[in-house]
Amino acid sequence: MQEPLLRIRNLAKQYRRGEQDIPVLTDITLDIMPGDFLALMGPSGSGKSTLLNCIAGIDQADAGEILFRGEDLTQLTESELAAWRSQHVGFIFQFYNLIPVLTAQENVELPLLLTDLSARERRDHAVAALAAVGLADRLDHYPGQLSGGQQQRVAIARAVVADPDLLVADEPTGDLDRASAEEVLTLMERLNAELGKTIVMVTHDPKAAERARKLIHLDKGELWADTAAARAGAREAEPHAAPQTPGP
Amino acid sequence: MLLLKLLVRNAFRHRLRAALTVAGVAVAILAFGLLRTVIDTWHAGVEAAAANRLVTRNAISLVFPLPLSQRDKIRNVENVSAVSYGNWFGGIYVDEKNFFANFCVEPASYLAIYPEFLVPEEQRLAFLKDRKGALAGRKLMERFGWKLGDTITLRGTIYPGDWPLTIRAVYEGAHNTVDETQLLFHWAYLDETMQRQQSSRAGEVGFYMIQIRDETRAAETARAIDALFKNSRAETLTETEKAFTQGFLAMSEAILVAIRIVSYVVIVIILAVAANTMAMSARERTAEYAAMKTVGFGGGTIGLLIVGESLVLALAGTGLGLAGIPPGARAFGHFLSDYFPFVEVKVLTFQLGAVLGLGVGLLAGLFPAISAARLRIAEGLRRLG
Ligand SMILES: Nc1ncnc2c1ncn2[C@@H]1O[C@H](COP(=O)(O)OP(=O)(O)OP(=O)(O)O)[C@@H](O)[C@H]1O
Ligand SMILES: [Mg+2]
Repeated sequence: MQEPLLRIRNLAKQYRRGEQDIPVLTDITLDIMPGDFLALMGPSGSGKSTLLNCIAGIDQADAGEILFRGEDLTQLTESELAAWRSQHVGFIFQFYNLIPVLTAQENVELPLLLTDLSARERRDHAVAALAAVGLADRLDHYPGQLSGGQQQRVAIARAVVADPDLLVADEPTGDLDRASAEEVLTLMERLNAELGKTIVMVTHDPKAAERARKLIHLDKGELWADTAAARAGAREAEPHAAPQTPGP
Repeated sequence: MLLLKLLVRNAFRHRLRAALTVAGVAVAILAFGLLRTVIDTWHAGVEAAAANRLVTRNAISLVFPLPLSQRDKIRNVENVSAVSYGNWFGGIYVDEKNFFANFCVEPASYLAIYPEFLVPEEQRLAFLKDRKGALAGRKLMERFGWKLGDTITLRGTIYPGDWPLTIRAVYEGAHNTVDETQLLFHWAYLDETMQRQQSSRAGEVGFYMIQIRDETRAAETARAIDALFKNSRAETLTETEKAFTQGFLAMSEAILVAIRIVSYVVIVIILAVAANTMAMSARERTAEYAAMKTVGFGGGTIGLLIVGESLVLALAGTGLGLAGIPPGARAFGHFLSDYFPFVEVKVLTFQLGAVLGLGVGLLAGLFPAISAARLRIAEGLRRLG
């Protein structure tokens, strides 16, 4: 049996609002295998973004462990986490979060500033990544000159340009029309199938969730097995995509 | 390189906002420079004062006279090389708003003590010969369009009546700090008139102007002069011309202090405005900065981006403002040339302006930079939705 890429154990997080503690994640246990394409669904406010952020090392849990290839992320300092993210994680946001004063190519190049690639290599990588998402002819366009779907593809290029193992996406199609959403999802499928990227995607859209290999439901701070998971699992019958039984 | 590009593009992202901030800083630095120049100009008289001249006046107050009989005793004091004397006349030409300094002096000795008043020889002789003649500064001549030989009338304030004077000579300053707006005429003219009209005021002088040989002994010479008249009816107070001029300035010192305070208040105001602009810009970009941090950029990098952006705007404004000071000062000098002998912007003013501009840039960016550097990513991303 293959080692999980991420091993999440008894993860818990709560927010304080005034005197009150509001539990968001109560006891999350989950394994994410290399090559997984996981869709995370659940009602609004159920903690999907919070869980995703913890997995991606941009938010801190109160208890539990997140082991990435055996290394516990919860023990890393802020700057160690930043370095870990720049090496291993690519992010796709609902609102793209591109920098409006940088061109598509410059936006994609930005994460590479943290590597020791030369200027030339950075440019070549950025151009290649944009070509891979079908935007080779839009290198010098600013985000404002691109459609929402195109902007999200630039964001995907930015997410993969440093060749991370893990892609996290928080409602990547939430702000897109059907056709653009389809394009983006197809792209993510290809990144998963062809390049073997492990993807965790939060979504409200059942159509989007269908494109994933696995489906997990989060509700009231806990993970629930879903009948749709079986459906997703059946569609892509691969050993590592077998549904994980979420810890109660 | 890319980050530098980002920094500069961020600075000018909102054209209007950037333009207004730059213009605001420019105007503040310009105002600061001009106000300082006014103060410096005011003090220029003190710096123009010669170190080898002493002024003796009544110990009680400037407005009380001294008897002319003191002159010979002063001349005999050790280290004194020449003595002249005169009165502040305080005459008005046509209208009170035409103010300028006018004195009556003993002309030959006075001009000898004031070598920086350059007068053509034939004019000097013509002035000395005419008891009702006057010597006027070049700028004063220009101001009222006077010509040599013109007869002008001063209306006396301290000495009542109309005082017709014929302009016999014009002086120019030997260097640019010399006041070219004075008018001098014969003390004898005043004295003769007083003998006829108010004999009690005859034979009185307002001040003695004394030249000394060794300026390092100015203090002891002044003491020696004052000692001569100790316990006499007219005790004297002798000080260097510099100290004397400073005493005049002391009266306006309160205004100068106010101007100085205003010059810094202007900077504080623009700092507040610039800080607000930076805070606003940084807040709008919270999600972008959060995204950069997500990708792995540290808080320090984000902070530097913001401080750098603030510096770009502040220094652009400072550059413009500093560049505007010399023409501004020139225009101002032209406008006020009747009152100020000379307007010169000091190097120190430019240096201070540059330092303040730099300070505004750093401080305006500091707080937004710190809060953006500290911002937790999850918070920053959440603000978007
Ligand atoms: N900084 C915070 N302070 C207090 N409560 C918070 C904070 N962040 C999130 N929460 C709460 O935690 C809960 C989970 O938030 P989260 O954003 O993870 O939900 P979500 O499942 O992503 O919802 P959505 O589908 O609307 O995006 C919500 O009830 C939210 O109000
Ligand atoms: Mg969410």
